[in-house]
Amino acid sequence: MASSLRCFLRTGKNAVSALQRREFHRTLPVAVQVTVRDALNQAMDEELERDERVFLLGEEVAQYDGAYKVSRGLWKKYGDKRIIDTPITEMGFAGIAVGAAMAGLRPICEFMTFNFSMQAIDQVINSAAKTYYMSAGQQSVPIVFRGPNGASAGVAAQHSQCFAAWYGHCPGLKVVSPWSAEDAKGLLKSAIRDDNPVVFLENELMYGVPFEMSEESQSKDFTIPIGKAKVERQGNHITLVTHSRYVSHCLDAAAVLAKEGIECEVINLRTIRPLDVESIETSVMKTNHLVTVEGGWPQYGVGAEICARIMEGPAFNYLDAPVTRVTGVDIPMPYAKILEDNSVPQIKDVIFSVKKTLNV
Amino acid sequence: MTYSSFFQNQPVVGGVNGARVVVSRSFADFTPQASFDIKKCDVHRLEEGPPLKAELTREQGLQYYRIMQTVRRMELKADQLYKQKIIRGFCHLYDGQEACAAGIEAAINPSDHLITAYRAHGYTYTRGVSVKEILAELTGRKGGVAKGKGGSMHMYAPRFYGGNGIVGAQVPLGAGIALACQYQGNDQVCVTLYGDGAANQGQLFESFNMAALWKLPCIFICENNQYGMGTSMERASASTDYYKRGDFVPGIRVDGMDVLCVREATKFAADHCRSGKGPIIMELQTYRYHGHSMSDPGVSYRTREEIQEVRSKSDPISMLKERMLSNNMASIEEFKEIDVAIRKEVEDAAQFATSDPEPPLEELCNHIFHNNPPLEVRGTNPWVTLKSVS
Repeated sequence: MASSLRCFLRTGKNAVSALQRREFHRTLPVAVQVTVRDALNQAMDEELERDERVFLLGEEVAQYDGAYKVSRGLWKKYGDKRIIDTPITEMGFAGIAVGAAMAGLRPICEFMTFNFSMQAIDQVINSAAKTYYMSAGQQSVPIVFRGPNGASAGVAAQHSQCFAAWYGHCPGLKVVSPWSAEDAKGLLKSAIRDDNPVVFLENELMYGVPFEMSEESQSKDFTIPIGKAKVERQGNHITLVTHSRYVSHCLDAAAVLAKEGIECEVINLRTIRPLDVESIETSVMKTNHLVTVEGGWPQYGVGAEICARIMEGPAFNYLDAPVTRVTGVDIPMPYAKILEDNSVPQIKDVIFSVKKTLNV
Repeated sequence: MTYSSFFQNQPVVGGVNGARVVVSRSFADFTPQASFDIKKCDVHRLEEGPPLKAELTREQGLQYYRIMQTVRRMELKADQLYKQKIIRGFCHLYDGQEACAAGIEAAINPSDHLITAYRAHGYTYTRGVSVKEILAELTGRKGGVAKGKGGSMHMYAPRFYGGNGIVGAQVPLGAGIALACQYQGNDQVCVTLYGDGAANQGQLFESFNMAALWKLPCIFICENNQYGMGTSMERASASTDYYKRGDFVPGIRVDGMDVLCVREATKFAADHCRSGKGPIIMELQTYRYHGHSMSDPGVSYRTREEIQEVRSKSDPISMLKERMLSNNMASIEEFKEIDVAIRKEVEDAAQFATSDPEPPLEELCNHIFHNNPPLEVRGTNPWVTLKSVS
């Protein structure tokens, strides 16, 4: 990936034509560029077509084509019965979605952002997550709650919170956080086919980012298993564990560090709960150093959980330094650009933390 | 247990030489069917309400009696077991309100759906769970309907969605179940119950709005037992006309102590929903003899005289019994026999509930996910890893 990046930058060609030139690719020439938004759209389209019990509800998902256009075209194709615009009543429509799931349907409940899911969080946790257990396996809840999570750009404190740690805390839920277009498509399809409540944390700033999608990922049966992390970049010196948008930051940091001879292994968690601790441990036992990177607040966060799990497992004895967490700043998100930019991890923060952890 | 099997399990009555013989007096001696006047329902946004007369057959009467008496005795047994500390935690008893559960079930089909809040033991029974499985769930044993993992507020059965602990949360769920009925085009309805305390919850109004907008086949029923925990309805609600609180949703106010009134009103409501007119609200005016839960004596916010007055003048079981007796639809001996059989059923159930073992620790972590490969669950310390299967 890094070499093709350098190649096409040198030739000055744009991304699309670069990929179409055979000599740049060992992979099949039928790989296409797809944005995360379109990948999500494809996933929902395919699952709606595959199973008539699947339907989508949320604010503006139908006639507006989705607040962020993720559900574009679906209402035109499937109509009022399958794509439902709701009033601005999160607690009500989330509860309705859970009830529908209990009675045999397979709803996708969209929160315009996960900030608004706080209004409905009782339905997500008490009505959806816990029911299978409380009923000793009699009542399952096959539902997906999806929407953008975490910081955006200039939307200020009430619209920028990351809920990975909040939902990741609860048994009975699966919590997924895709990064790339392939992640988005494969994981959303898995989430919809899963018979359990899945919280699917997207990222608004990633919606428009194009990624190469392999031919395999274009198949209608392409799914990515929930609960497995992916090594996006191999390396021997240090492990970077991250999720969602910060995978990009870590890969960019890794590219810079590689020039200085530091090879980072970048792990894309893909799933927050259940956490793929084994993949992290395997990597740490190779590199002996670990940095976690997330957008959420540090206290009781995803990185904190990873630290605790590493300490409790075999990888602890392989650490040559304490684990470092790179997180959002522990404040409500400010508005002014300079303040906002300095409230979330930047590539330079990752680079700095890697060097500190390696003591170089 | 279906309605018809309740009747088939009728106890031995009379007979020569103690042989198992059904009623020695021939059926021709009893009035097979009678028509009763029932209280007129106040209506909201409706041209007409349920009928003013209800037909009752002898079989139906004995069925309803049996059901209500079973719920009554089951709840009193739960009271006893709680005081003996064999039941712990929350226990919200339903005695006094039996006509609601019995009347609703009489009016809907087994294929319809029902969801309620935490005062749920009566509905768990009418929706088909045995007294034995209910009491064993209350005592936290493996033979309980939720294998001991749910307790009083979390009992489930096919088409019965609990048992819900968070006040009001079951109402959007019920509207969602109704949406599934509409989506699947199966002509079924969902009965969604809540109390006078929950009637002020915002999520109810969100549910009324969406149910009305989309014409969901949902019967919203407010079981108004006059007290939300220790707060009387006048002290909690700016408007106590709960049947009107749906505003644009039509409503009827029903005498919840009369099983026939409840049945006729529910039939009326179900017809309304099934004909595609959208949701409807029913307010059942009822009363609970016990306090809010077993930790509430129930007399600090109301008088003993009030409780006693309802017991003597409006008890649902007595009312039905008197109606049948005064119309020669059954004999006192028959009712006594039914009572004896129920007492035995409840005693046997309690015996099971106190002797059945607790769920095995190996099953602690099961039922986290459905259709999932087994997973590991962290125990209380890092050296304890527990197994979870679907």
